[in-house]
Amino acid sequence: MDKSVADLASAVAPITDGASLMIGGFGSSGIPFGLIDALLETGVSGLTVISNNAGAEETGIAKLLKAGMVAKVICSYPRSPGSVWFERRYEAGEIELEVVPQGTLAERIRAAGAGLGGFLTPTAYGTLLAEGKETRIIDGRGYVMEAPLHADFALLRAERGDKWGNLSFHATARNFNPVMATAARHAIVEVRHLSDTPLDPETVVTPGIFVQSVVEYGVRP
Amino acid sequence: MKSLIDSQLAARVAQDIPDGSYVNLGIGKPTHVSGHVPEGREVIYHSENGILGVGPTPEKGTEDLELIDASKRYITTAPGAAFFEHSDSFAMMRGGHIDIAVLGAYQVAENGDLANWATLDEKFPPAVGGAMDLVVGVPTVLVMMKHVDRDGSPKLLKECTYPLTGLGVVSRVYTDLAVLDVTPDGFRLVELTEGNSLEEVQSVTEAKILT
Repeated sequence: MDKSVADLASAVAPITDGASLMIGGFGSSGIPFGLIDALLETGVSGLTVISNNAGAEETGIAKLLKAGMVAKVICSYPRSPGSVWFERRYEAGEIELEVVPQGTLAERIRAAGAGLGGFLTPTAYGTLLAEGKETRIIDGRGYVMEAPLHADFALLRAERGDKWGNLSFHATARNFNPVMATAARHAIVEVRHLSDTPLDPETVVTPGIFVQSVVEYGVRP
Repeated sequence: MKSLIDSQLAARVAQDIPDGSYVNLGIGKPTHVSGHVPEGREVIYHSENGILGVGPTPEKGTEDLELIDASKRYITTAPGAAFFEHSDSFAMMRGGHIDIAVLGAYQVAENGDLANWATLDEKFPPAVGGAMDLVVGVPTVLVMMKHVDRDGSPKLLKECTYPLTGLGVVSRVYTDLAVLDVTPDGFRLVELTEGNSLEEVQSVTEAKILT
């Protein structure tokens, strides 16, 4: 089995107009900058981007927003320092926004990857973000029913990978990357080091079964 | 009235963080609490982006660009630190494993309702982050904030007017003017900033302060 891909352009080639796309990262850490740059070159449009943040300055997801490739953002925290392109597109009414509490976002992704039909969480019970959602009282406490969140693709970043798609991570660049790998039909990963030999099974964080392609991108931000 | 500056407020909150606690510090003012915990106490700081054991700020030139906290600041690891992914991080928060959360707030109501994620200004897109998950799971939620808003309007209210983050979740509020516990009967005075009288603090507090 060999899931390695020669270059970034080939890795993102399967992505087409209207695709839903999970993008790993939190703040500036763990973002697949190489894959995002390659995606920018394809000029696809109407994307739904699922990510914790909505990019900052002129980097990462902000580039996709600037280029007008994004129709909808599903995230927990779009308004980061320097998130000018998100704000510009949002104010102009050019993108749809779905704000999801961060733990609910992670768990909706996990539920999709784990084949669950949803889950009950106390998060957001009684607030604006629970409006219109099914609720239940269990042992006197209120819970909100949340649905699984799938995606067509995931663009992810890891520190090391092998040709079987096994991954390990560096520091807080792990964040959403492992869980997103489980929930996308096609997970594409840029790895800082593509190992010629198999990763030590004891160090594998994301097993290769969740990964469809791996491409080396040695640049660390 | 006598008003604590931010570092004094952080030092006051830090006094109430016991040895051996797992603590999540929210973005903004709460991040300064860790610098003021008294010597001899070991406190393990959690950051929602996947680390337990947040250490001090790195020296300039030694930053690891992929080692950050939830405020997106560069950090180091403390002895005993661990990295993990988001599902695990929020299991720690939602699942009741973190002992204390310190958060900023726009408003706190006398029943412990917290509003800290959105105002009524529609110009700003809402951004909730991890606050809603934190407040439902962490048993002790401490709020540190200014006693009144920039325009002078009270932030300690009978009922919040901004969208809620959580219902009845706040344990204690530390402001520049006073420390107040949230009790089943409402806000109860713990202490006044030295030099302030109860009458003065009550005059800028919408909710009744019990003694």
